[in-house]
Amino acid sequence: MNPDLVKMIFGRLNLEALPLHEPILVGTFAVVATGGLALFAIVTYFRLWTHLWREWFTTVDHKRIGIMYMILGIVMLLRGFADALMMRLQQAIAFNGSDGYLPAHHYDQIFTAHGVIMIFFVAMPLVTGLMNYVVPLQIGARDVSFPFLNNFSFWMTVGGAVLVMMSLFVGEFARTGWLAYPPLSNIGYSPDVGVDYYIWGLQVAGVGTTLSGINLICTIVKLRAPGMTMMKMPVFTWTSLCTNVLIVASFPVLTAVLALLSLDRYVGTNFFTNDFGGNPMMYVNLIWIWGHPEVYILVLPAFGIFSEVTATFSGKRLFGYTSMVYATVVITILSYLVWLHHFFTMGSGASVNSFFGITTMIISIPTGAKMFNWLFTMYRGRIRFELPMMWTVAFMLTFVIGGMTGVLLAVPPADFVLHNSLFLIAHFHNVIIGGVLFGLFAGINYWFPKAFGFRLDPFWGKLSFWFWVVGFYFAFMPLYVLGLMGVTRRLRVFDDPSLQIWFIIAGFGAFLILLGIGAMLVQFAVSILRREQLKDTTGDPWNARTLEWATSSPPPDYNFAFTPVVYDNDAWWDMKRRGYRRPLTGFKPIHMPSNTGTGIILAGLATAMGFGLIWYIWWLAAVSFVALLAVAIGHTFNYHRDFHIPADEVVRTEDARTRVLAAGAQT
Amino acid sequence: MRALKLLALLPFAALLGGCDFVVLAPAGDVAVQQRDLVVISTILMLIIVLPVMALTVFFAWRYRQSNTAAAYEPEWDHSTQLELVIWSAPLLIIICLGALTWMGTHLLDPYRSLGRIAADKPIESKDAPLNVEVVALDWKWLFIYPDYGVAAVNELAAPVDRPIRFRITASSVMNSFYIPALAGQIYAMPGMETKLHAVSNKEGAYRGFSANYSGAGFSGMHFEFKSLSNADFDKWIGTAKASGNMLGRTDYLQLERPSQNDPVRLYRSVDRDLYKAILNMCVEPGKMCMSEMMAIDAKGGLGREGLNNTLPLTYDKYARRGAPLGTEPTFVAGICSMDEIKDAPSREVTAPLDLTPLRGFGLKRPPFSPASSTSLLLGQRPKSES
Repeated sequence: MNPDLVKMIFGRLNLEALPLHEPILVGTFAVVATGGLALFAIVTYFRLWTHLWREWFTTVDHKRIGIMYMILGIVMLLRGFADALMMRLQQAIAFNGSDGYLPAHHYDQIFTAHGVIMIFFVAMPLVTGLMNYVVPLQIGARDVSFPFLNNFSFWMTVGGAVLVMMSLFVGEFARTGWLAYPPLSNIGYSPDVGVDYYIWGLQVAGVGTTLSGINLICTIVKLRAPGMTMMKMPVFTWTSLCTNVLIVASFPVLTAVLALLSLDRYVGTNFFTNDFGGNPMMYVNLIWIWGHPEVYILVLPAFGIFSEVTATFSGKRLFGYTSMVYATVVITILSYLVWLHHFFTMGSGASVNSFFGITTMIISIPTGAKMFNWLFTMYRGRIRFELPMMWTVAFMLTFVIGGMTGVLLAVPPADFVLHNSLFLIAHFHNVIIGGVLFGLFAGINYWFPKAFGFRLDPFWGKLSFWFWVVGFYFAFMPLYVLGLMGVTRRLRVFDDPSLQIWFIIAGFGAFLILLGIGAMLVQFAVSILRREQLKDTTGDPWNARTLEWATSSPPPDYNFAFTPVVYDNDAWWDMKRRGYRRPLTGFKPIHMPSNTGTGIILAGLATAMGFGLIWYIWWLAAVSFVALLAVAIGHTFNYHRDFHIPADEVVRTEDARTRVLAAGAQT
Repeated sequence: MRALKLLALLPFAALLGGCDFVVLAPAGDVAVQQRDLVVISTILMLIIVLPVMALTVFFAWRYRQSNTAAAYEPEWDHSTQLELVIWSAPLLIIICLGALTWMGTHLLDPYRSLGRIAADKPIESKDAPLNVEVVALDWKWLFIYPDYGVAAVNELAAPVDRPIRFRITASSVMNSFYIPALAGQIYAMPGMETKLHAVSNKEGAYRGFSANYSGAGFSGMHFEFKSLSNADFDKWIGTAKASGNMLGRTDYLQLERPSQNDPVRLYRSVDRDLYKAILNMCVEPGKMCMSEMMAIDAKGGLGREGLNNTLPLTYDKYARRGAPLGTEPTFVAGICSMDEIKDAPSREVTAPLDLTPLRGFGLKRPPFSPASSTSLLLGQRPKSES
């Protein structure tokens, strides 16, 4: 066939792009394909496709979308963690002249993918998922402000994840490190599709993240139950509000900087090139102006979770609610004033460096205050060491170490000797695993019974907890040590044999974490099998304090038959104390948003457009872009946007709950 | 369980003994002061971190549900005194640490010329610094000694106790120049120059490498830093002089091409303007230097006609530089010759040799002797005339 025609149809995509010569990837593909086919077969066999499409894919219910976000996060965790294991293995064996088992071409993709996936497609979906699920319930709302937008945001996030996953089997991923600094990421030094996968994966997902941020801000500002003033909002809602403000303010910066990089790569502009007046330092600044707030986007909701969990399991009001709120707000603001601490070594003057060093240290003051607040919430409490509380205590002990090494890295002269070393790697895993991930696990164990009506199995949960915590220390304490020995990050081979033992210990730690993840998956499976024994009929299994526990587990589609009225920041606790009785009569029809498939279609088109741009398949990019606009405009003519749940259906649902509660009270 | 964890840590303690903690036991005075800052800040922070950890464990144990003997106050959620303490205790620590940071950052600014050779050795006028021009290439290091006219790839030598002034750039992508035993790192960036001042106080061979990922050959991008006695350094220069290699512009363009795990190579002579040309990205004949371009732009540019002053790009390090939808890759053609190009003015910070302005005019001399002090903040300043 005419090569020009082939090029026009397929762009630069050809059979060489399939990694048939890489046995590791072929094996991975075989496993993924088998698993995918099995899943497809099961869904088809049980005729679940219609159900999935009607009830899940097209849903605008914040609870279901929240659950789908969590599933996405957990699935991507498996991929990101597989990357981590491969890196640990490579670094543990590439000594004494051995080249390890990964060539640079593959290894460099793995560490890039690990960072990108863990931040954008594990931590972000898990955080967004929990916020999506919990925030509307906590403020007594029926849904988020813009339910369709919520569905669209989720599918855009999935679209980004799909592009990143696709790079595993079609072409390759970036070999630049997770922030893709130019000039390395520019077309001259990375001419392949890797960086384009990176750009479009993040751009597509970024749309979702930004829109979901706007959505949740609106929800929190406008849909709070009557009586819930700002200073009566649960702390998790507060931290979610701050996180979403950060998202809305910082993600556009990421979008802009990636757009500039794509202009450099696609049309030959010179924003970040070496010649023609380009300046790569500009990219480094811009990406960290997004990148630093991103860290707080992840950790603030985790702080919120710890606040809810500590108060609930200590059976006590949260100590210092007001200072907790102000600390959160202060962190939000300060997170914009510290970005330069990621590159003290770029040669800024001493005054600039010390300014950013000191602002960074100042963040540790409100963070420290939060730590003390949790501490004094435990003081004179009655602490029940259920799984969420165990994760919280593990967090408190682990996070202070990460915080300390973080402040240490904020001292510029100290950073000069520790920057980019494994000490730094240990530090940020210390805060992201010890802070964000432990928080998410606490949150998952805490809110799971709300979402599904039964608790998670404590035995496997505890097993997972201990594997994770011990594994974390084994995996990352050696990296602190290696950093002090002057070992830098992203190395593929080593020639100093005395270092090997530390990498072996770290690899062992990663293996323990693998067992932890395995135990967590078993925990989910066992809990589903034992759901009758683990059942919670009360809707409030932990004797908790905030509004989400006032409704049934799982909550009905409409969350609350009557919008609750709030008098206290521990609203549900206050209702229980005042002898609140559920209303049993007087139900009215409830106005609800309708499901729509537009979100998934739009996201699918955006993903196709990204794929076209990555492979220079211009017709595909153009067609999907036009289709994207057409569908978006077409959707504005969709007048079937809402419906009413009839009053008698509400009555049926609420009566069923009355019976369940009565049965529960008798036993 | 916790006790078990501690027990499990014991063998590591033994391991720690056998390791080379170069960051904590460096050979150069700058790195020693940076190490001091690491240690001091860690101790300062431990003042607050250790009590928090101890309290966490203590509260978790004391107020466990089964301990009904402990007090239980479910409604207690505020105490002004406690709030004052929990905000002010970290604040105080950060004030100390912030002051330390401000001073330490200025005194250890890599752009600042050295104020002392070692804690007990003030700098003297005879200690003229050794100039070394560093170029990070794909994926090797080039060191040019302008004072001696020699150069080396993947090997750096310097005499003990003599200040070294590094001027650092890169050929293609970002790297970071780092010799842990000598001093902290600084980025090496194409078309830009960073500076580093350092001194080595102990003879020996130390590891240097790139601390910023730069592509496929990154792992092999390391070199040996030889800290030599004066005699040995002269001998080293002699060896370089005796080697047959020369490094001209064309040789450089060959050297610059990507290669991995390069052996050590010494050059007996180096093109006088090579470093300047690398920095200004105009080693290729006919290409306009950045400094020239900036000078032209500062005067208003070449106008519309300047757009045509380009030539097609023939050689490229990688596959190609052109974007799919952009124009064919080009470069701007030079107008001046290399000799006419002036160095761009650059920021240089000098350590004060005279303490008078620091003391204040007409004030009495403070009752300490800075030069003999080993403390981080005071030791940097040299002994003044007394």
